[in-house]
Amino acid sequence: MPSAPPSLQTVPVTLHINGKRHDLDVAPWTTLLDLLREELKLTGTKKGCDHGQCGACTVLVDGVRINSCLSLAVMRNGAEITTIEGLGTPERMHPMQRAFVEHDALQCGYCTPGQICSAVGLVAEGHAESRAEIRELMSGNLCRCGAYTNIADAVEDVLNQQQKAAAE
Amino acid sequence: MLTNERRQVGRAVPRIEGPLKATGRAAYAAEHSEPGLLHGAAVPATIARGRILEIDSRAAKVAFPGIVAIYTHENRPDAAWLDRSWQDDTAPPGHTYRPLQNDRVLFDGQPVAFVVADSFENARDAAALIKVIYERDVPETDLSAKLAERYEPPKKRNGISPPPEPRGKPEQAFDEAHVTISADYFIENEHHNPMELFATTVLYGEDGSLTVYDKTQGSQNAQKFVCNVFSLKQDKVTVINAYVGGAFGSGLRPRHQLFLAVMASLDLKRSVRFEMSRRDMFYLSYRPAMHQTVSLAADAEGRLTAVMHDTVQATSRYEDYQEVVVNWSGLAYRCDNVKLTYGLAKLDAATPGDMRAPGAASGLFALESAMDELSYAAGLDPLELRRRNFVHFDQNENKQLTSKALRACYREGAARFGWERRKPAPRAMREGHELIGWGMATGIWEAQLQSAKARVRLSANGQVIVQAAASDIGTGTYTILAQIAAEALDVLVEEVSVQIGQSDLPETSVEGGSWTAASSGSAVDAACLAIRQRLLDLAQKDKASPLKEATVEEVVIRGGHLRLDVDPKASVAISELMARAGETAIEEEGEVGPDAKQMKKFASYTHSACFVEVRVDEELGLVRVTRVVSAVAAGRILNPKTARSQILGGVVMGLGMSLHEESMIDHRSGRIMNHNLAEYHVPAHADIHDIDVHFVQEFDNKASPIGVKGLGEIGICGVAAAVANAIFHATGIRIRHLPITIDKILAGDKTPTDRAA
Repeated sequence: MPSAPPSLQTVPVTLHINGKRHDLDVAPWTTLLDLLREELKLTGTKKGCDHGQCGACTVLVDGVRINSCLSLAVMRNGAEITTIEGLGTPERMHPMQRAFVEHDALQCGYCTPGQICSAVGLVAEGHAESRAEIRELMSGNLCRCGAYTNIADAVEDVLNQQQKAAAE
Repeated sequence: MLTNERRQVGRAVPRIEGPLKATGRAAYAAEHSEPGLLHGAAVPATIARGRILEIDSRAAKVAFPGIVAIYTHENRPDAAWLDRSWQDDTAPPGHTYRPLQNDRVLFDGQPVAFVVADSFENARDAAALIKVIYERDVPETDLSAKLAERYEPPKKRNGISPPPEPRGKPEQAFDEAHVTISADYFIENEHHNPMELFATTVLYGEDGSLTVYDKTQGSQNAQKFVCNVFSLKQDKVTVINAYVGGAFGSGLRPRHQLFLAVMASLDLKRSVRFEMSRRDMFYLSYRPAMHQTVSLAADAEGRLTAVMHDTVQATSRYEDYQEVVVNWSGLAYRCDNVKLTYGLAKLDAATPGDMRAPGAASGLFALESAMDELSYAAGLDPLELRRRNFVHFDQNENKQLTSKALRACYREGAARFGWERRKPAPRAMREGHELIGWGMATGIWEAQLQSAKARVRLSANGQVIVQAAASDIGTGTYTILAQIAAEALDVLVEEVSVQIGQSDLPETSVEGGSWTAASSGSAVDAACLAIRQRLLDLAQKDKASPLKEATVEEVVIRGGHLRLDVDPKASVAISELMARAGETAIEEEGEVGPDAKQMKKFASYTHSACFVEVRVDEELGLVRVTRVVSAVAAGRILNPKTARSQILGGVVMGLGMSLHEESMIDHRSGRIMNHNLAEYHVPAHADIHDIDVHFVQEFDNKASPIGVKGLGEIGICGVAAAVANAIFHATGIRIRHLPITIDKILAGDKTPTDRAA
C-alpha cells in the first residue's frame, strides 16, 4: 500500500472481483485500476492513458463497462467486478475471447482486454444491432494496431450467435 | 525455399499467443513485480530550451516520506562518457541525449528529475511537487521558419541511403515539357502512441545481476545499451520483451525509462519500475515534420520526362536523424531526368524517430499527390498515368528487381474497388449531401534481410522448441516462426513452442523495417534444415540404411520419420535414430544474412496499390473514408490472417496520418499542446469502415531464403496520398498539408504556404 502521510487513513473496502471476495484497506486516492494492477496483480486490466481516453482499462462493474482508471477503488464498495481474467482462461475462453482470437481482432494485445470487456458490456446493453452501431458504441476503446474491422467482426459474430441461440 | 507440401506455411493459423492476450495472461513490461519493488516518476521540463537554475524538492520530501531517492543532474550516478557507449544499433549520428547529464534543457518534456518512491502514487505525486526554476532561451520549433538553414547531414545514418546523384537533365526537361506540375507539401509531427505505456521493470538479483523487462523492439539492443552505459558485463544483464504492446518504431532506440530505472536500481540495489505516463510518451520521438517540393513533367502520352523531389526535414539540435524520403521518387516510375535532394533543419526538440514506414509514408504522400495532380494536368486517369510509367528495374541504383508484381496490384485492386466506374472529373459523384471521391496511390517499401540466428530443438516425441531473440510487437512473429518449424519438421503448430523476446536467445537484430519474418523466418528454416542434415548423418551411420545414398535435399521429414521424398518406403523413424545415438533431442542453429553478391545486382521492394473512397459532407467539410482496397505484392505470405492484420494496421495508421494526427506545438513556448489521447486523435472504431486487403501472387526466390518480403510498413505507404487524391476528386480542393482536417477543406484550395503566412 502507498505509505500515506500520517493524517490520512486508509479506507476499508469490500470488492467482489471475479467471484472472489476481497476485504481491503485502500488509500482513498487509489484508482480501481491501480488497485487491480498493483495490489491484486490482476494485470490483465491495462493502463494506456490513466485519463479515461483510451479504454484499455475497461472492466465490468455490476455488469456495466467502465474505465477503471476514472474510478477510485473506495467508490466501488460492495460491487461485483469482472476483469478480463474473470471472463475466461486460455483453456476455457469466454465466447467473446474466442471470437477475438478467431477473427484476429488483436495484434499487440494491449488494448485487447479492454476491448473484450467493453464488447461484453456492449452485448449486455442490448442496443447494438448494426455494424455501424457496434463501431460507434465501441469507439471509447482505441486500438493503435488498427484491428478495428476484425474487432467489429468478432463482436458481430458473438451478437449473431446470441441472437441465434435466443431464437432457438 | 520451403519444399514441404504438407502446408503449415500459408495457412491462416490464429495467433498462437492469442489466447494469452485475450485472457489478460500475457505480461508486458510494467506487469512484472516482486515484494519491495520501487516505483519511479519523471519530472518533465516545462521549457523547450534553456538551463536549469534550481531544483527544489523540499515540499515533495516533506509531503511524501515514502520517497527513497530523487535524482537530478546534480547527483546522478556516473555513467559512460563516450558517445559511442550511448549509441545503440539504430542511433543516428550525433551526441545521444543522456538523461540528467547536466543543466541544459534540449527539448520540451525532457526529464529533469527522477523520483523513486515506495508506491506508484507516491512517486507520481511527489514528482508533481518538485519545483524547477529555469533560465529560458527562445526556442525554435517551427520548421517553416528554418527552411533557409537547411543543411546536408555530414555523416550518414547507418542503413539510410542518401539521395542518388542526379541523372539526365531534369531542369531542362522540365522547362521543355508538354505538361508540368510543381507543388509544395507539408507534414506535421506525428506521434506513435502505442497503447502500452513505455515501461521498464528492473528486478535486482542478490548477486547484483539485473533482469530487465523493457518495452523495446530489440532485447539485445537494449541489453547492449545497458551494458555499455553502465559498464556492466553482458552476463549480468538479461533484457526481456516477450510481449510488446505496440511500438511502431518508437521502441527501436532505448528510451529514457530504461536508463533511469536501471540507474536507480544499481544505485539503490533495489528492484525498480518506471512506467511513463501517456504525456511522457509525447516527449520521446515522433515522425518528423517535413516540407517537400515535387516537380513533375510529362510528354503528350503522359510519360514522365522529369522528376524533382526536394525535402527539408526536422531534426534535433543534437542528432542528425535521417530517413529515406526522396529516393522513392527516383525508382517508383521510369524517368531518365531525375533530381532528388534532402536536407535537415535543426529545431529545439527531441530527436525524431522511425515511425511505421519512416520516410516512405512521408515521401510517398508528396510524390503520389503530385502524380495525381499530373494526371489531371495531362488529362489521364490517375491509374493509367501510373501504368504508363511502370518501371521494372531500380533506376536509382541501376539494379534489377527480385520481383515486382505491382501491375497485378493495379489490376486486381482496381477490379475489387470498381475503379472503372469512376467518373474522371472532380465533384462528379455525390449522394445526398455528400460528395464522393475515389483516389489511388502506389506504395513502395524496401524488402530487407538482416542477419539473424535461430535455434530449433526437435525431441524424440515430436515436441519442437524454437528460440530466437526476435520480438513480436503485434506482428505475428510467434505464429509464423511456429508455422515454419511445424512445416519443416512435419508437426502440428500446437506442438511447437516459440521462445522469443529475450536477450540471451540467439542473436537477432531489432524488430523493424519489415524484416523480421524474412530474417528470423529464414533462420528458423535454416535450423530445421540443419536438423534434417543431422538426422541424415545419424541414419547413414547404419550401413544398411535405406537412406545411405541420399542427400539432404532428397530427404524429407514426414510423420516422425526421415524418408526419401520420392519413395515413402525408404524411411527411418526419428525416435529410432535418436535412440541409437543415445539422444532424446536434436538441437541445431540456423543463421542467415544478406547476400552481398546478390545485392550488387538486385534490389528488392514490396509494392502496393491503395484505392480509397471518401465521402465529404459538402457543408460541414467532414470526411468519411468509407472504402479502402489495399492490393499488396510482398512475396510469399506465411499466414494470410496475421498478414492481413499487418496491412489493416498500416492502412488505419495511414488514415490517421491523412485526417487526424498532428502533434501541435505552440511555437512561442516550443511546447507540445495536445499530449494526450483526447486531443491527439488516433483513429477510433467509428472512423474505420470497410478495408479490403488483397495479396497478389508474387514469387520471389531472392528477397529472402524463404521468399518472404515483409509486411509491417507497406500497408501505410501511399494511404495518405490516396486519401488526399480522393478528397480532391470529391471536392475539387487539393490539400497538400497533412492532416486534412475540416478547417483546411472549408478554407478551400489554398496552398500551405498561404496558410503558413
